Amino acid sequence: MTHRAPAWHVATVVDARAETTTARRIQLEVPTWPGNDAGAHLDVRLTAPDGYQATRSYSVASSGAQTRVVLAVDEVPDGEVSPFLVHDLRPGDQIEVHGPLGAFFVWTPSTDAAPVQLIAGGSGVVPLFAMAAAHAESDDAAPFRLLYSVRSPDDTFFAEELMALGGDRFTLDTVYTRRAPWGWPDEPGRLTLDRLRGAVFSAEERPRVYVCGPTPFVEAVAGWLIDAGHEPARIRTERFGGS
Amino acid sequence: MTLVDGNALAGRLADLLGWDATASEVRCTHCGFAGLIATAAVYASAMGVVVRCRTCDAVLLTVVDGAGGRAWLGMPGLSAIEIRGS
Repeated sequence: MTHRAPAWHVATVVDARAETTTARRIQLEVPTWPGNDAGAHLDVRLTAPDGYQATRSYSVASSGAQTRVVLAVDEVPDGEVSPFLVHDLRPGDQIEVHGPLGAFFVWTPSTDAAPVQLIAGGSGVVPLFAMAAAHAESDDAAPFRLLYSVRSPDDTFFAEELMALGGDRFTLDTVYTRRAPWGWPDEPGRLTLDRLRGAVFSAEERPRVYVCGPTPFVEAVAGWLIDAGHEPARIRTERFGGS
Repeated sequence: MTLVDGNALAGRLADLLGWDATASEVRCTHCGFAGLIATAAVYASAMGVVVRCRTCDAVLLTVVDGAGGRAWLGMPGLSAIEIRGS
């Protein structure tokens, strides 16, 4: 892991397009960005004409030394920051960002052969996608597996990219909670202990586990993992609140 | 009041302290448990945040935001905090 001191930066929007029915993928050019590890986040600060400021944290979907920073922002209805980012931000606009942030919920290539289990709820997939993409570009040999709980195909972040990552070193397991694609073998429904057991590395394989999602999702999953014998110290979590 | 992980405080603590303290280990005065701030329980509201120990629920740290960019950082439950040389 490279030490990169967080600082405030001015970011220019390069591209913004729909990611899901409620989320937008935003590409920023940040000339002073020192690069970031996969899984890091940044704070976005918006300032109203009257000086009122609102700051919110967003995971970075990209990683590495580049100054191009990719966000995927899901709209929180009645939120102070995300509706602006999802609906109003235009290419050429400038926003203030603070980062890179977080040295705990990050993944960097290593010689650790233990498998890596990623578990995402909804937009919690963003930092985990960054990890899977960084892993694919590295020569890190540890097998990766992502269990992704998402409402429907229309709500899936990085659908094409995740599909393309599939292979010997990366396995994607999707659980649709509200609506599954036509012909999907499982009925839509919430992630359960049984479904989880069938789609993650077992405790005996001693995986390193990263869980990101809404707080109730992370609480449930972390509890199941510990009950199944996973070591708490090997489970890293990022709860982002909400329901 | 929203419950999140200590990770979420990285930006706030970097602003207040000058470094990202979420990767620092802290020791709980109440139960003696030592862990990273990143793993503590953070309760956030418009007024500020309360950071609690995941082991015993004691209040480790508080941040209260005042007017004009002033902030109050309280550490009622920290007996020690790790500071790394740069």
